[in-house]
Amino acid sequence: MAKRKRLNLSVLGRRNISVGLVVLVLLLIVELSSQATDFSLADGLTSVPTALLWMVTHLVPTAKSLTNLPDILSALGQTILMAVAATVLGAICALFFSLMGARTTSPSVILTRAARVVASFFRNIPDVVWTIILLFSFGQNMITGIITLFFTSFGMLTRYFIEVIDEIGSDTMEALRSTGANYFQTFAQGIYPSIIPEVVVWTMFMVETNIRDATLIGILTATGIGYVFSLFYTRLDFATCGLIIVALAVVIITLELVSSQIKKMIV
Amino acid sequence: MISKGLKQMQAPELLSIDNLSKAYNKTEDQALTDVSLTVTEGEFVCVIGPSGAGKSTLLRCINRLVDATQGDLVFNGQNITRVTGRALREVRTNIGMVFQNYNLVERRSVLENVLHGKLGHKSTLAGALGFYTEAEKAEAFEILEMFGLAKLAYKRCSELSGGQKQRVGIARAAMQHPKLILCDEPIASLDPNSAEMIMDYLRRMNETMGITCIVNLHHVDYAIQYADRIVGINAGRVVHDGPSKAIQQHDLARIYENRHDATVIEMRSTAQTQPLSLFLGVAVNG
Repeated sequence: MAKRKRLNLSVLGRRNISVGLVVLVLLLIVELSSQATDFSLADGLTSVPTALLWMVTHLVPTAKSLTNLPDILSALGQTILMAVAATVLGAICALFFSLMGARTTSPSVILTRAARVVASFFRNIPDVVWTIILLFSFGQNMITGIITLFFTSFGMLTRYFIEVIDEIGSDTMEALRSTGANYFQTFAQGIYPSIIPEVVVWTMFMVETNIRDATLIGILTATGIGYVFSLFYTRLDFATCGLIIVALAVVIITLELVSSQIKKMIV
Repeated sequence: MISKGLKQMQAPELLSIDNLSKAYNKTEDQALTDVSLTVTEGEFVCVIGPSGAGKSTLLRCINRLVDATQGDLVFNGQNITRVTGRALREVRTNIGMVFQNYNLVERRSVLENVLHGKLGHKSTLAGALGFYTEAEKAEAFEILEMFGLAKLAYKRCSELSGGQKQRVGIARAAMQHPKLILCDEPIASLDPNSAEMIMDYLRRMNETMGITCIVNLHHVDYAIQYADRIVGINAGRVVHDGPSKAIQQHDLARIYENRHDATVIEMRSTAQTQPLSLFLGVAVNG
């Protein structure tokens, strides 16, 4: 008994030494990189209270900033509608492309490859880059933002939908094909009802991320809530900026609650 | 028994498989090699063999869910080896299929799933939109009644038990009024009671509706109990074909012999003890 205990302790001791070594090496790396980038951990930590204090004193909406609320709300509405329009458009196109791209439903291997390549192209160019490119042809307006969001959500959703179809659809596909049903019947009666909850869930998720991204894109395209935010920010009207952040947070949280309710209803 | 045997001797050929081979890709071993089988109308055939022997591939070749690389298929007097499009769908309406995982549309009702058996007979639009005639609905209820599912007609399939799901799967196939039903391991995911019930339903359908059945099975004892004829497949080849009651222990040993890896044979033979003892029990009782 005593012998075993001592044995265990020695193992623990060895482990402690190796853990200690790893921690030491990590600390060394932190120290070296801090010196290289002129970063001081102590200064960083002590500035946190100051930063919080600044946020509390400046970003809290004041009575005066509330007079800007109508402008904020209309811009926010614009951004939300923009995100919803782009996502719905993207989801419809993505559904079609994912049927081509999913192995279980694709009519041919060439189409599978083509659909996947197209989706990956739109997905892998960041939205900011899309915006900058599209600004040349469409200028600073809503259309640029909508097309940007449409491109990226189309690319993302195609990828998600392909996975959903390949995961859920193959058994149903086989069953309905074996009854002699044709492609459209198999899709409408078998694939569609099986994938629709997942499709709705992913689309709702995309609306959420698109509202966030639309805010950023709005700064570039001078539309929506992003533009309003950058205007007040450059005027150093931080209280109104705070109000915008609160409004955005309320919208995003509400949307999350609504989409989780919808999820419960359809699943 | 004798009269049934005579009837079968006179019964016309329903399906004839001639030297069928299938390779999924060039580097791998063939899934099926020179499989030849003839099935007459009204027969109840069980296909047994170790996992990966090619049983599923064989069934899927028959209704062309999988295309064979070589060989010929004649179904109901028609060569179906190369039919495509509408003609292929028409062939498929005459061949029902039952799956191990039931393959139902889980989010739809029992009734809708059974009505799917009629899709092959409907126009594209009516089928896609799920418009069924009153006659079709009445027929569906008749079939639901037959399988003891009438009370569950409006239930979602996701709420059913495994045995109930499989009954819906069989009802869907029966709704097609097929000449042939292919069952791919229909009882592999079920408890013994449900398994027996499903086999009873299949057998009854075979006898009352005259539908020919080809059933892939894992359980040798069920094959002996329910089938007229047992086909044994090993490593993609037919190694046994004969009446179920006449199967011998050494036949089973040959069917379940492992051809690729000699060391696995011993494990196989211990795994077989149970089905074999059951087999002997059945033989004594019968």
